[in-house]
Amino acid sequence: MSILKFIYNFAFLISERSLTGAIKLKIKIMDKLLLLGDEAIAQAAIDAGLSGIFAYPGTPSTEITEYIQDSKQAKELGIRSNWACNEKTAMEAAIGMSYAGKRAMFCCKHVGVNVAADPFMNSAITGANGGLVYIAADDPSMHSSQDEQDSRQYADFAMIPCLEPSNQQEAYDMVHYAFDFSEKYHTPVMIRVTTRLAHSRAAVERRDVVKKQNELTLPEDKRQYILLPVNAKRHYKNLIKKQDDFMKESVSSSFNCLYEGTDHKLGIVACGLAYNYLMENFQGKQCPYSVLKVSQYPMPDKLLKKLYNDSEELLVLEEGQPIYERLIKGLLDISKPIHGRLDGTIQRDGELSPNAVGKAVGVKVPEGFEVPDIVAGRPPKLCDGCPHRDSYLALNEAMKEFGGSRVFSDIGCYTLGALPPFEAIYTTVDMGASITMAKGAAEASLKPTVAVIGDSTFTHSGMTGLLDCCVDQIPITIIILDNDITAMTGAQKSSATGRIESICKGIGVEESHIRVINPLAKNFEENVKVMKEEIAYKGVSVIIPRRDCIVWGQKKRRMLAAKKAAENK
Amino acid sequence: MKIDIILCGVGGMGALSSAAIISKAALEMGMYMKQAETHGMSQRGGDVQSHLRLSDQPIASDLIPEGECDLILSVEPMEALRYVNFLNKENGWVITNQNPFVNIPNYPEMEQVVKEIKKIPHNIIFDADKIAKDVNNPKGTNMVVLGAASKYLKIDISKLEDAVRQNFARKGEEVVEANIKALRAGREVADKQL
Repeated sequence: MSILKFIYNFAFLISERSLTGAIKLKIKIMDKLLLLGDEAIAQAAIDAGLSGIFAYPGTPSTEITEYIQDSKQAKELGIRSNWACNEKTAMEAAIGMSYAGKRAMFCCKHVGVNVAADPFMNSAITGANGGLVYIAADDPSMHSSQDEQDSRQYADFAMIPCLEPSNQQEAYDMVHYAFDFSEKYHTPVMIRVTTRLAHSRAAVERRDVVKKQNELTLPEDKRQYILLPVNAKRHYKNLIKKQDDFMKESVSSSFNCLYEGTDHKLGIVACGLAYNYLMENFQGKQCPYSVLKVSQYPMPDKLLKKLYNDSEELLVLEEGQPIYERLIKGLLDISKPIHGRLDGTIQRDGELSPNAVGKAVGVKVPEGFEVPDIVAGRPPKLCDGCPHRDSYLALNEAMKEFGGSRVFSDIGCYTLGALPPFEAIYTTVDMGASITMAKGAAEASLKPTVAVIGDSTFTHSGMTGLLDCCVDQIPITIIILDNDITAMTGAQKSSATGRIESICKGIGVEESHIRVINPLAKNFEENVKVMKEEIAYKGVSVIIPRRDCIVWGQKKRRMLAAKKAAENK
Repeated sequence: MKIDIILCGVGGMGALSSAAIISKAALEMGMYMKQAETHGMSQRGGDVQSHLRLSDQPIASDLIPEGECDLILSVEPMEALRYVNFLNKENGWVITNQNPFVNIPNYPEMEQVVKEIKKIPHNIIFDADKIAKDVNNPKGTNMVVLGAASKYLKIDISKLEDAVRQNFARKGEEVVEANIKALRAGREVADKQL
């Protein structure tokens, strides 16, 4: 190996994804690339003849779209990649591109599937025309999420196939497979990854040939996408019929494999990444137990039955919720012993780890030193100079007069306003819920009601809530923090930029109650005054504190300077 | 041959740049590698870490198992302690800068931090900031720490230097040389300690 000469072609950038200065590294090693799991998916999609990627930013999925946006190859191929205003609009556009016969990819974080659930479920009924692949990036352990739902559940719910790569190379290969599968069976296909794979880097071998994009081809069956009951009933029967094919494909898939062991006391089902953690415990030696590696669903029934029949007990390892453990065990629990998260063999929540899996299979795992008690956490906080700081200081001052009330908020950097020293907000539930929850509380006679939402979250899911407020004439003040960017996911273009006032006005907010302020310390008194006035107003009012995200602002100035310098040349 | 490294520090201190440099040098040597990063809600001033695994055999897990890490490389002393549960108790090394980055009210007494680090049998705690300043590269603390660690990395210092060159090439010859100087100055510290 050491005689290999590596050709480097690296781009070395501060990641747009993470404000910590995480590194985007692209090294070409012969024909191999060193890629994050997310990047392997993106590169595979480009190589597989993708025509468009549709997404809203969300950790840990953001890098997939960013990679395509930054890719010279994708640009030359004319692959569309702009951010959508939310996951629902993104997925619907992907379905539309598939309708037109071209290959489309949708990607989001796990909770994004909730937002897109309506088109998601129904696209299983319509089926696909051009290859249609959905990427769901789950976040077990909630590194940066509000729950740890497992998207495999959604794939099962919609009765579509799901692929779960165990490494970066598999992620790359699976995208090709998924597009082919989608076109073969006219079905959307889900690929489910988790944070560890999405954000871990390894060498990936690319295919030699880049597939040409599909031509524009409309569905032969003109009623395929008309889900009137008369058609939908027929399509649903068709989807049910496809299940046998999906199962056959799973059983014969090279992504699923039954390795037979010599010790039949235990049989192990290892799903996705769990397979790696299992193998980590048998480095340089043979695992004595039979192992069913599962990376394609539906769960391959024949392989599972063989494993079950050959083993005295089963252990089910899943990175996420114990979905298949529960299914295998069944409600009656009358089978052989099934171990996993439900009986406490593995912790019930959170990510798996090599040691947790090692313990579950009875391997003696090493222990490190105990972390001393003195090690203190560095809780996340708003950056120094962040405009939200000044907005919250002013809001806290303005709210003093209305003691006892509570401010509703939303999902973004500004959620950190819930923590000391601000403790300014009391809710963060889902995208857009600040406005609608505040509305409901107002209708329960809470006075005054204030909602704090970011610019990008507002155009994601806040606009319809604002319309509800206007229609019902709710006394509410909505503070739309406009920092010119989708900041928390690392600075992606916001659909709201330059449009907020006209959107609010169009929805029905009185122009005199759309107030723009500049959240700076020197404007504190003035900003407090504006907030007090609008909170006292008995109708719908909007306050827009507008100042660039401090991190994005620096980058923006550098970009503008570079652009200017290039122009002057 | 395998080596498992945790690189850590506080966001913006260059811990992840060091990870990228080691990765490049390791690839140059034809090794397998996996590198897992923490992303997400972390931002400036938050703790950052990367699990970097190098081996001449294919690597299974993206995460280093607890108790198996060969080297914790930190640009901040308390951060080095945060991951000692991963450290191999017999052979694991902790190499860290000694200057704290205090952005929290409950940062422990430095004496205690040093005491805890000294409890690890194989440790090097030193003033990497000062060495970086001495070679006129005050931003090069991470390179100094990496230089000190190079002794235990099983990677040629020349390969690391090549990787540093490539890493900073875009920023010009001056920056490249400043970082190589910092790297070498760090290596000297490790050589003197033994």
